[in-house]
Amino acid sequence: MKLLIRNELAVNVGRASARQIGLKADLQSGIKYTGSITAYLDGIGLLGPGLDNWLAARPILAGAAAYESRPLVVAAPQSLPPAERRRTGLVVRIALAVAQQAIAAGQLDAKQLATVFSSSGADNDNCDALCKVLATEDRHISPTRFHNSVHNAPAGYWGIASGAMTPATVLCAHDGSFGAGLLEALTQVTVEGWGTLLIAYDMPYPEPLHAKRPLPAAFGIALALMPERSAHSLARIELSLVDTAPDALADPALEALRLAIPAARGLPLLQAVAREEACRVVLDYLEPLRLAVAVELCP
Amino acid sequence: MTPLQLTHFTASSCLGHGLDATLAALRAHKTGLAPCTFETVTDLVTHIGEVAAVDQMSLPAALASFDCRNNRLAWLGLQQDGFSDAVEAAIARHGCRRVGVLLGTSTSGILQTEQAYRRRDPGCLDSSGGALPGDFHYRTTHNTYSVADFVRSHFKLEGPAVVVSTACSSSAKVFASAARMIAAGLIDAAIVGGVDSLCLTTLYGFNSLELLSPEPCRPFDAARKGISIGEAAAFILLERPAGNLDADAVLLLGTGESSDAHHMSSPHPEGLGARMAMAAALKAAGLCAADIDYINLHGTATPSNDAAEGRAVATLFGDAVPCSSTKGATGHTLGAAGGLEAIISALALQQGFMPGGVNTRQLDPGIPIHYLTANQDIALKDSDPLGAKTPVESYAPRRVLSNAFGFGGTNCSLILGRAQ
Repeated sequence: MKLLIRNELAVNVGRASARQIGLKADLQSGIKYTGSITAYLDGIGLLGPGLDNWLAARPILAGAAAYESRPLVVAAPQSLPPAERRRTGLVVRIALAVAQQAIAAGQLDAKQLATVFSSSGADNDNCDALCKVLATEDRHISPTRFHNSVHNAPAGYWGIASGAMTPATVLCAHDGSFGAGLLEALTQVTVEGWGTLLIAYDMPYPEPLHAKRPLPAAFGIALALMPERSAHSLARIELSLVDTAPDALADPALEALRLAIPAARGLPLLQAVAREEACRVVLDYLEPLRLAVAVELCP
Repeated sequence: MTPLQLTHFTASSCLGHGLDATLAALRAHKTGLAPCTFETVTDLVTHIGEVAAVDQMSLPAALASFDCRNNRLAWLGLQQDGFSDAVEAAIARHGCRRVGVLLGTSTSGILQTEQAYRRRDPGCLDSSGGALPGDFHYRTTHNTYSVADFVRSHFKLEGPAVVVSTACSSSAKVFASAARMIAAGLIDAAIVGGVDSLCLTTLYGFNSLELLSPEPCRPFDAARKGISIGEAAAFILLERPAGNLDADAVLLLGTGESSDAHHMSSPHPEGLGARMAMAAALKAAGLCAADIDYINLHGTATPSNDAAEGRAVATLFGDAVPCSSTKGATGHTLGAAGGLEAIISALALQQGFMPGGVNTRQLDPGIPIHYLTANQDIALKDSDPLGAKTPVESYAPRRVLSNAFGFGGTNCSLILGRAQ
């Protein structure tokens, strides 16, 4: 029953916050609200080649330390029971690792946060393995391979690891997946008043799919986005839809990552936070739309 | 939440193409399931809900790279019930940046990839077993976003778009996301729904989990033996309600989402996540359990799913509210199920009937809910011996709750209601 009460509270908070920002009045009067959505950024998780975690990557993104790419090693999440832990592939490990970083940084309770998972693919090794078996005469596939094939497998494992019974959604918008995830997460925070954890991640395909979809490395970003400012808030971000060109990263190797991996399209936002300067960054989304994010630091 | 109107909708499944065929089959209490002869699948003893003539659809030349079973099914769906014209009119009203595309799918165009793996080039065999053929297009067929990209490209839309892929709750959750985008003022209308199509991954995958029924699925039957996989295209145009609503206009009144946090392929045994989703939908709609006249259950017909959902429904609603699963008629259309069943719920509201579950012979006595095995139809009220004493709502629902619960534990409940 406690869980139900919490759910009811979440809805009530959502109504209150909609009133506060005056949306309801706009809707009733029929005025077109041009839509800017906002949240406090309370925690960041980051993992990629040469980017071991947010704290280690911060000076690199700020331009105070050199970026050196190196192969990524991700441990299986200790938060999962051993049976589930054995079944996790790289994509689940990446997603859960960045999620846990962001939660720890914001000193947040995972059970209280909604989640938005967003990825261009899913467990791409598993996809290849299934397609290979299904191309043979004996199409007997393993049940674990099948349940790991769903796009929402990382969300399922996150639920088991965290115990969170809060809403979880799992998105895909091909190269625009980071933008689609950020848009959904900020919409949840603004309209529902939820604290929402965005988890964007990708992993490479093995051949032969790699030739058709060349993703060079695994990569993940998690952002803990909250409706109210807290002692851990790093910045207040406000998002609007624009059609100006997306920002590039100064470092050519990091810029190559941004262009090659959908989840890495969020790096300009992390760079802005790392540089500790109020600014406006433009992130890639879907042609011709981009996401302009105004970043206001919380001192 | 502020109610939104389902201003136009269409569904195509094994019951037929478009709403008239769907409604006729539901009112005749028919199933569209048939023994599986799909593609090269000859070794599975199961029934499927295959949509007729999907392979005869050819996509417009400009969108030829999107060609795969899932997008052919989407294209077939868009041609029915004047849906494309309704979308064009909405774009004229709101502008091409103010109409979003939010669709659900679980497997997208994976059949195209499964077939491409059989056609790998033996001339360039490497450790991967050979290159995929040159006519295989990853982005426009395999990628999970493909169907939303296809629909957005066809209508030349420039607004937000996304695919939600949370397995069997995908095309219910798109309603919640679209409603939030409209509430935030990012868009004025959204094409929502889902498209999921038959493929080897799901047929052999559910077989590996021993969840495929050898006979047409029998939701909530004491002897239910698992699911029958189906496919469907379901599209809904969602907008703020018009000023003067027809009495039979259908509104989205509430959405509720939750997670099981329990297991990858089994539901929470007590149905706790399901109960939370239904309770959240009631709360969002500002309604209580007694306000619901009919529940379209997720009702997949696996022993554990129906037991868990039954417990959740009984806890919130007791045994007073008529409910049924329409999967005995349509099969389990996976990522399209939430959208398809929202449309069936909308038809029930507009036409004044509650579809009784098909194929269910002996109700599971362990599940204490009011499961309908025959249609309740306002057209039959006068010929019903008890009709004179029975309230109209017992035949013609005014508010319907529709459940969609996904593999991996993502749950979504929707509440739809008549304007009057």
